[in-house]
Amino acid sequence: MTFAVVVFPGSNCDHDSYHAVRHVLGHDARFVWHKEASLGNADVVILPGGFSHGDYLRTGAIARFSPVMKAVADFAAAGGPVLGICNGFQILLEAGLLPGAMLRNRDVRFHCEHVGVRVEQTDTPFTARCRQGRVLNIPIAHGEGNYYAPPEVLETLERERRVIFRYATADGRVGPEANPNGSLNNIAGICNEGRNVVGLMPHPERACEPMLGSTDGLLLFESVVDALTAGALGGGR
Amino acid sequence: MKARVFVTLKPSVFDPQGSTIAEALHSLGYQNVADVRQGKYFELDLDVASEQDAEQLASEVASRVLANPVIESFRVELVDAGVRS
Amino acid sequence: MSTRAFAPEVLEQHGLTPEEYDRIVELLGREPNLTELGMFSVMWSEHCSYKSSRVHLKTLPTKGARVLQGPGENAGAVDIGDGLAAVFKIESHNHPSFIEPYQGAATGVGGIIRDIFTMGARPIALLDSLRFGPLTDARTRRIVKGVVAGIGGYGNSIGIPTVGGEVMFDESYRGNPLVNVFCLGIAKQNEIIRGQASGPGNPVYYVGAKTGRDGIHGATMASAEFDDRLEEKRPAVQVGDPFMEKLLLEACLELMKTDACVGMQDMGAAGLTCATSETGSRGGVGIEVDVRLVPQRETGMTPYEIMLSESQERMLIIVKRGREAEVEQIFEKWDLHAVKIGEVTADGLLRVRDGGTVVAEIPNLALTDEAPVYRRPIQEPEGMAALRQIPRNGLKPLPSAEEAFLALLEAPTIASKRWIYRQYDHMVRTNTIVLTGLGAAVVRVKGTNRALAMSVDGNGRYVYLDPRQGARLAVAEAARNVACAGGLPIGATNCLNFGNPERPEIMWQFAEAIAGMGEACRALDTPITGGNVSLYNETDGTAILPTPVVGIVGLLEDASKALARVFPAEGLDIVLFGANLGELGGSEYLLTLHGLLRGQPPVLDLERERALQQLLVRLAADGLIRSAQDCAEGGLAVALAECCFDTGGLGAAVDLAPAASDGGVDLVAATLFGESASRVIVSVEPAATAAVLEAAARAGVPAARIGTTGGDRIRIAVEGTTVVDVDVRQAERAWSSAIGRQLDTPVA
Repeated sequence: MTFAVVVFPGSNCDHDSYHAVRHVLGHDARFVWHKEASLGNADVVILPGGFSHGDYLRTGAIARFSPVMKAVADFAAAGGPVLGICNGFQILLEAGLLPGAMLRNRDVRFHCEHVGVRVEQTDTPFTARCRQGRVLNIPIAHGEGNYYAPPEVLETLERERRVIFRYATADGRVGPEANPNGSLNNIAGICNEGRNVVGLMPHPERACEPMLGSTDGLLLFESVVDALTAGALGGGR
Repeated sequence: MKARVFVTLKPSVFDPQGSTIAEALHSLGYQNVADVRQGKYFELDLDVASEQDAEQLASEVASRVLANPVIESFRVELVDAGVRS
Repeated sequence: MSTRAFAPEVLEQHGLTPEEYDRIVELLGREPNLTELGMFSVMWSEHCSYKSSRVHLKTLPTKGARVLQGPGENAGAVDIGDGLAAVFKIESHNHPSFIEPYQGAATGVGGIIRDIFTMGARPIALLDSLRFGPLTDARTRRIVKGVVAGIGGYGNSIGIPTVGGEVMFDESYRGNPLVNVFCLGIAKQNEIIRGQASGPGNPVYYVGAKTGRDGIHGATMASAEFDDRLEEKRPAVQVGDPFMEKLLLEACLELMKTDACVGMQDMGAAGLTCATSETGSRGGVGIEVDVRLVPQRETGMTPYEIMLSESQERMLIIVKRGREAEVEQIFEKWDLHAVKIGEVTADGLLRVRDGGTVVAEIPNLALTDEAPVYRRPIQEPEGMAALRQIPRNGLKPLPSAEEAFLALLEAPTIASKRWIYRQYDHMVRTNTIVLTGLGAAVVRVKGTNRALAMSVDGNGRYVYLDPRQGARLAVAEAARNVACAGGLPIGATNCLNFGNPERPEIMWQFAEAIAGMGEACRALDTPITGGNVSLYNETDGTAILPTPVVGIVGLLEDASKALARVFPAEGLDIVLFGANLGELGGSEYLLTLHGLLRGQPPVLDLERERALQQLLVRLAADGLIRSAQDCAEGGLAVALAECCFDTGGLGAAVDLAPAASDGGVDLVAATLFGESASRVIVSVEPAATAAVLEAAARAGVPAARIGTTGGDRIRIAVEGTTVVDVDVRQAERAWSSAIGRQLDTPVA
């Protein structure tokens, strides 16, 4: 199984995703430079975290114009699994592959800490191994993770069960006390209509080894390996 | 020709920076500053022949790149277009 | 010399004395022109030349079996096995951070990161040592917020984790905060690049951000006291661009995988002048550059401005002739343009051209090695003996031990720094194995089983009361923190923050502190591999507490054995290593509860300290201890509380023997809050306690089982009498929210 980790100028979690896939999970991982027009033989695409183009205009705003994003869109349209983590999620939003937008965190400060992330839906390639309602212990690290969508979009997301992750307390309660950034409906991650494109602000790749304090993030990567092994997905090949 | 582009959050969208600034102003005693909305300001130096071209180019850049239509709106002003001091 | 080509005011603006000017004339064999004068002024500034400190710095130990690179390069390097090197350094950005906290701190981070990757190392960790005035001061709160946001803004964006550090608050830093940034990177030993030019005919490249007028005379600014004309100095502040630096970092590391690069140096203080003259003089060659070829952000810049600009995120690279295309291609990939601005020559001169005209021609050595060296007068300040006495009369009535305990937990210097480190990405690169706030910073070294522990420390109060002893204690504490994590201390870096060296009392503090630091580094086998001196830390004639900050790097052979401060389970035995002497001199207790900065700092037996550290490393490697926490500000009681915090409310009960002395105040206070050195609280499985006590006895380290973990209260008794009995969560709330409560009050 081959994971493509897309590298934009300013990506800084690219090595972390690569490490998790290759050295923890034991699958192939390959960096794809943003100027490349092809994803090669990728089975899974990861848009990693970081500050693409410095995030100087808006988070992810410039990266969506990179040549590789056309290939990512085609891969996604063909049903291939795409995971956007943090800045990768922001890029998916800007690229229109996922709906909504990010605002500055409610308290206008960067937050780096472990948070509770409740798995809302398990019928995506990245959550199939999880139990619905399970609270994962995964770190966040962002200054703009305050998810916003207009009311009608939000309503659609909820109706179509496309909210995949919500910030929650360790015992699963979703409320303002568990919301680190002001996201509407405590949204930490969502998927597209086809459910094969998932974006989330927390960093699963930082929670893949006991030494790092949590292995909950590994579930996302193991899930997509399961899904592909079962042949349940299309792909961009 | 120069164009100015003002990008602001739509009125319905919460503005964490603006409200933080408003709170700070209130604590400084500026109670009469009822609210603050923060935005972005861009100066574009355009290499075009006409005012119409400038307007069109600036608007295109603003809607496609400078502003995110999900949360932001924008306004374009042309400078040096017959306005001389 | 009777007449000089420049008026005295011009020399004064350039921070040069008439004698220094005469020396320039002597070295050149003629009068300098204005461009040359500017170049001398920045290179001979205190900041670049170390002219007041050099004679003292030379006494520090800089060699050791593991030292691969000592002082004099962009950073130091030590051998960590497997053919790898840890490359590290600490540097100050104090003055800029006062003028413009966000950008000052951000560019401080950017500067030290460049020093590390310039050596061919990938930076993997940042730490900060920060000093601020009291949080009750509105301006201080603004500075704290700006500095913290700036550190985060730069480090988070470039993707290097800020994994630790320390923060202290004291009145003396109100008008002169300290921002010292430590960075560590990993390099293959055989791929370390030095800031040296060689090979006449080799091209000299400029890469990175364009040159503007920002920061001109930044180096001279950092060498002058602040005064009320501060506002005028504002234009000298540089603005950081972490995105540009991220591209530079990746491109430079890619370049170093080839062997096309001869030498590399970042353009930091004194900009292009420093980068060219230092690489030239280290390599014993000349360098010729044409300022017209230097990419410029502004129009109409003069050679003077181009040579002195301190615009950020710029690198000077000396490339092997014939490899130009390869080098240019690597930078193009990252959308950077490497521009050839000159070449290496054989004549030892720094020759600056403006197109066809030579606008400056100075021997490289005249700018670097020939800079003036001063042995400034030294005088112990009056009243030191009285200062070291704690006055028994006039002390306020003592609060109960429990009240004092809770008050100390809320003191900003002791309280949790979570409000700060939460704003730093401390996990990116997935190496952080002791999470920030839970102990010394520990990062694993991927591709090996090893890990590195790091700590930066320096208690200015101790140094103020006794500079020699205070500096010894700073080294010992930093090394002890590293040992608590299980790391064997192997190398050190220092950042020496002092006042005006032209005052003999300040110079006395400096000389004494260096002497003490040297003693401790020799005894603990932690050679100084580099660092930075920041003098003139004064506002309107009032100096900061003398603050030498020491950064220590320690090596763990097995990353999985890293220890945090927190008690990991209930039912463990709590063992105290070290003797409780009841020393309250310079303590947080005296300051917070009595408003006094007085007394004799704790004594320090360096041999016993070393034995303790080696014991800790051994016990951690053998898995015999489960956690370790150094007793520092606030003494044993505060250290015990810190072992209970961040555990989810796990308590502890201990019964202490009374301290050896009443500390000049009160026996219970001295027992609980005395700050005797060389003490560590460890937790031990009861089955292992006998082995741990025996190992301590063999090592000559005093050790006693003082209690057990468990319950949800912190109970401290002295000889059977309970003096503190508080709910862990309640105490933790006070401790964890104290700083945020003050900083979240809307600011002026």
